[in-house]
Amino acid sequence: MPKMLASPEGVLSALILALCILLSFATDSFLSLQNLFDLLNNQSVNIIFAVGLVVVLIAGGIDISFSVAASVVQYVTVVLLMQLGGGNWALGLLLAGATGIALGLVNALFIHRFRIVSIIVTIGTFNVFFGLLMYLSRGRSLYGIPDWLYDRITILSIPMERGSATLYLPVLAMLVMVAATWFILSKTGLGRQIYGFGSNPDAARRSGISIAWIQAFAYGWLGLCAGIAGLMQAHIVREVVPNALYGRELDILAAVVLGGTVLGGGRGTVLGAVLGVVLLALIQNGLNLLGITPFAFKMIVGAVILIAITASNADRLLPEVLKSRKEA
Amino acid sequence: MAKHALRATGVTQKFGSFTALRNVSFELEEGEVHCLAGENGCGKSTLIKVINGVNIPEPGAQISFHHDPAAARVFPHDAKRHGVHVIWQDLALFPDLSVAENICFDRFVAQPFGGRNQAASRQMAEEVIARIGIRLDPDARLGDLSIAKRQLVAICRVLAANARIIFMDEPTASLTRKETQALLDIVRKLSSEGISIVFVSHRLAEVLDVCSRVTVLKDGSLVGTYPTKGMTQKRLSELMTGMELSEQQRQPKTFTDTVLELRNLSRPGEYEDISFSLHKGEILGITGLMGSGRTELALSLFGMTRPAGGEIVLEGKPVRFASNHEAIDAGIAYVSEDRLNLGLDQTQSIVKNTAATVLDDLAEPTFWLSPSRVRALCDHWIDQLKTKVSNPELPVNSLSGGNQQRIVLAKWLATNPKVLILDAPTVGVDVGAKAGIFRIARDLAEQGMAIILITDEASEVHAHADRVLILREGRIREELSPHDIEEEALEGLINA
Repeated sequence: MPKMLASPEGVLSALILALCILLSFATDSFLSLQNLFDLLNNQSVNIIFAVGLVVVLIAGGIDISFSVAASVVQYVTVVLLMQLGGGNWALGLLLAGATGIALGLVNALFIHRFRIVSIIVTIGTFNVFFGLLMYLSRGRSLYGIPDWLYDRITILSIPMERGSATLYLPVLAMLVMVAATWFILSKTGLGRQIYGFGSNPDAARRSGISIAWIQAFAYGWLGLCAGIAGLMQAHIVREVVPNALYGRELDILAAVVLGGTVLGGGRGTVLGAVLGVVLLALIQNGLNLLGITPFAFKMIVGAVILIAITASNADRLLPEVLKSRKEA
Repeated sequence: MAKHALRATGVTQKFGSFTALRNVSFELEEGEVHCLAGENGCGKSTLIKVINGVNIPEPGAQISFHHDPAAARVFPHDAKRHGVHVIWQDLALFPDLSVAENICFDRFVAQPFGGRNQAASRQMAEEVIARIGIRLDPDARLGDLSIAKRQLVAICRVLAANARIIFMDEPTASLTRKETQALLDIVRKLSSEGISIVFVSHRLAEVLDVCSRVTVLKDGSLVGTYPTKGMTQKRLSELMTGMELSEQQRQPKTFTDTVLELRNLSRPGEYEDISFSLHKGEILGITGLMGSGRTELALSLFGMTRPAGGEIVLEGKPVRFASNHEAIDAGIAYVSEDRLNLGLDQTQSIVKNTAATVLDDLAEPTFWLSPSRVRALCDHWIDQLKTKVSNPELPVNSLSGGNQQRIVLAKWLATNPKVLILDAPTVGVDVGAKAGIFRIARDLAEQGMAIILITDEASEVHAHADRVLILREGRIREELSPHDIEEEALEGLINA
């Protein structure tokens, strides 16, 4: 039990719990089913991104192109679906997933085949993806989207005094992606290979792991997640705005690192990534409900990230701080 | 009587115009512990790679395992089938995975779509751990373990993969004496189970202790295979280097000019009440087991940590170093234990590495760093230390270990130190290079430099120091002259 509490997941859970209790007392609307369902609907997209990114980070890489890749996927998928007469959610997810994987594999190709550092490759593809999208779309949003996407697919609806609390398709997609990623990372040999490769790439190579396959899987999986998240985001906002997801990558990256994933590879968990996103979302939601000006949000979220990450290093930092104080 | 596990003859390997192995033969019996000896770059690693199927030798080689017919090369799957495993010096383990998962990692590689099955991994790990009779927590994170424990994990890993022939590359290089003994016991145990072990080590004492035969390579050619019975360290060194190595003790001398004096220096938890003085031209040996406080003491002398009590007096003046920068300015140079990583920037040129400590001085009186001045400094030291360098503009990792060692020394000598601290200068260095380092140290002392030699090898302080301090648990337990004691007795005192 103490071990669990000392882990990033334990600390985050405690913080989330404390925040929930605080917000339940401080505001009357936080602890309503509607608010919680809204939070889930809105955060599903971020969580799907996060579990994709955690795979790449554990494998020792980094990707900042995934959120604009998701924008590309939205655009491509919706245009294709409209040409096919609207399609349905299954076809939509299939198209989005396939496009996402393709874009992820572009990253993997450059990183593995041409041995370029992942951050440089993805800065490049970030610009190429976004540039192409803006150029071809001329920055115009798509309002004509398939009916099923516009009407939203309901997976659970609970009637309330005023209206109803509803969970939509993105929540289901999120649950599936979280479960699948968790299963692969913690329950399969492939998962161990990914952790092993991130932990010591040389040793992994000498153990006979196919590096190409690990890279392709990691970036492809993030691509898949990005594709699905992209379509789900359009599902929530009911339109496709080319730059809607621009800049989201850094928020997700911060949330995942907050969840205990280490830049450089080998360490991180799906649960941690999910909790990281949830914590940041709760803070934002709380500030909103407390009526604090939205202009202060970024600043407060940034401060929380810095404090939380410093605190999670406390066990390593504290002894040194004490030591140097003794010396002085 | 014994059956052979491996027999290789006529192994030649060329890389372009360079011949790494020339018609080498190697034979290994079942259950034998065999030492593969030779200086760095003599072809040991190349031979290992030929046998485990990574390198393809030139046509004409005959290599056979057990009863199999001989073949001209080894295919990786053959090496696997015959249980050939190599534990490289860096161990190739995964710090973020658990001990059990490291041991069973090959299963994950073979079956990526198979389950992780923690219970099975754990059981498999426990069985192997029990088999060699050690204590290891299968659930511990590998990164939290000491190097010695990681070494054991690496052994467990190859055993879990049914190893029959194990190559161990410098397995004891970073182990303490006690840990080394424990490792050698395991090696003997495996050998009694019929597993053949090829031991590569620069520590000749343990080679002679654990191995039954030794094969010596020199410059890619076979010198010979000898039984270790009746072999001495000195004879083995001579076979490896082809040189007569004489380790004359230093002449007894009295020194008068005190350079450095320590008065009751203490740092709680590291060292306690250390007092000694060091003179011009003297080589002071400080020895003790790992954790006895020897490196910690050196770090305080070099200004990296601050003593809690006591005084350091340098040339009559009490000094307090706030940083190692101040210590360097005051004339103290420290050649660290892990010098190939901490002491050199491997990818930078030899010239730049040599000048790294004195960039400010070289730029005086302006900020312009004249390439010709830097180059002149480098050429001077290359010449002084008789370093073999084809082109000083090449990266430093193009040099052999022994020559890299000289560049580290050059870099510190360039600061014109009064006190030179050499911390474990011969760890991982082959015999020829070892002799070279001590020759340099003696020459420097001759020229008046005060040298502190930190080592846990009794033979080194016995041969090269004028005075020896033995540290134990942070305190000076003995101060003696190597002339008054036999090497074996000294060794006993260190380990007491």
